[in-house]
Amino acid sequence: MNIEPQIVVGLTELRKLSDFIRYKYNFDFSHYAVASFQRRIMRVMEIHKLNTIDDLIKKLAASVTFYDDFLKEITVNTTEMFRDPSLWRALRENILPELKNKTTIRIWHAGCSSGEEIYSMAILLKEAGFNGNVKIWATDINSNVIETAKEGKYPIRNMELNEANYSRFEGVATLKNYYIEKDGFAFMDKNLLNNVTFKIHNLANKEVFCKFDLIMCRNVLIYFDKVLQDDVFKLFHESLNRHAYFVIGSKESMIWSSISNKFKLINDREKIYQALI
Amino acid sequence: MTKNIKVIIIGGSAGSFTVVANILKELPKNFNIPIIMCLHRLKHIREGFVEALQLKSNLPVVEPYDKEKIKAGVVYLAPANYHMLVEYTQTIGLSTEEMVNFSRPSIDLTFQTAAGAYRSNCVGIILSGANRDGAKGLKFLKEHGGTAVIQTPEDCKVDTMPKAAKAITTIDYEFTTDQIIDYLKKLTS
Ligand SMILES: C[S@@+](CC[C@H](N)C(=O)[O-])C[C@H]1O[C@@H](n2cnc3c(N)ncnc32)[C@H](O)[C@@H]1O
Repeated sequence: MNIEPQIVVGLTELRKLSDFIRYKYNFDFSHYAVASFQRRIMRVMEIHKLNTIDDLIKKLAASVTFYDDFLKEITVNTTEMFRDPSLWRALRENILPELKNKTTIRIWHAGCSSGEEIYSMAILLKEAGFNGNVKIWATDINSNVIETAKEGKYPIRNMELNEANYSRFEGVATLKNYYIEKDGFAFMDKNLLNNVTFKIHNLANKEVFCKFDLIMCRNVLIYFDKVLQDDVFKLFHESLNRHAYFVIGSKESMIWSSISNKFKLINDREKIYQALI
Repeated sequence: MTKNIKVIIIGGSAGSFTVVANILKELPKNFNIPIIMCLHRLKHIREGFVEALQLKSNLPVVEPYDKEKIKAGVVYLAPANYHMLVEYTQTIGLSTEEMVNFSRPSIDLTFQTAAGAYRSNCVGIILSGANRDGAKGLKFLKEHGGTAVIQTPEDCKVDTMPKAAKAITTIDYEFTTDQIIDYLKKLTS
């Protein structure tokens, strides 16, 4: 939904709101990036026709269901298959060959949203001849997008962009081989999910649940402030095997992180890092 | 100039490249105000734009990373397929949220957040363009005490964008490209 906020919410009001949410629901928004958080709040208020922060707080206080919906509307879930095709080419040409000899390859997509990135990875692996020895974990805080990802059902109008990205990725086939079209939707081939485990996971809780050979976390950290970013970088570092790979969005950077010295930037353009220790 | 201008925000679309290139060519090396530019561009082409502008410019032109500190004398160009927001800490914030006015980057978003962060200390300039993105942003900026400038519609290759801005906001200055250059130069002297 393309909603342009008309209401203006000030910083003091934002703080009041996040204090309330922390107190009532134990969720901490105080380390989300302010400008985008503010926009998302104004957008939610617009959607629900709420005029003041107090109206919003009253509604949140009265209903857990509303709070759940609110959480889902606050997060930005936009994604694409093969977003940044050159990254996916780099994974195919430079990273996968390095992983090929492992008995099991573990991959974590943190902030996988509605799953386009998961299908992209599954297709990449399939085309590169990887079979059963890959395990993928796909996590997000938003249960709605996880459901969409599992279902693999996308509006057909989204496929034009996905196809264009796939052809820039220079895949071996056509994206059409991986889905069927029905009633205005693309239904992805479910076999692509054979090695995928979905899980609701809040990065802010800093929970390590496995050790990985590759972690992808693109366009998630931009919604956090530097403090939370740094905590999450530490979480990723703890979750990576030695010499494992770590990918962030093309316009994200680890230069401000206190643990950047524990990573080596091996592809600057695509922001592929390798864990040193 | 009575106001203390700390940032210049420029929005442009169709027909604005030459204007921006001319402005950057004329601004001196010691120009000490940051310039934040949101120009509509193709989503999937990451290379070429910043390089083309850098060729003309005496000032460094960058496509900033998320969380980059805004510095005087640097030109920030919104990267392809991201909205460029201005944070209260005077850093750049990037976002992949839904397109606004069919655009990502959206000029409205850059202007609104810059106005929130810099209040009366910013100048917003809307250049040539074939849509209405930026009109609401400029209005917001003006309402928060900023200075609203548009490129004179007659001077534009496509005048829809400055006209849309003018239709909803009291514009402080309507300038041709040359006048914009003079105006900006005077801001630092
Ligand atoms: C813009 S999407 C990124 C999708 C994909 N990685 C891409 O680059 O196309 C950001 C995702 O981060 C998730 N997210 C936001 N805060 C989170 C948190 N604290 N923990 C886990 N995921 C979070 C959102 O729910 C959303 O699905």
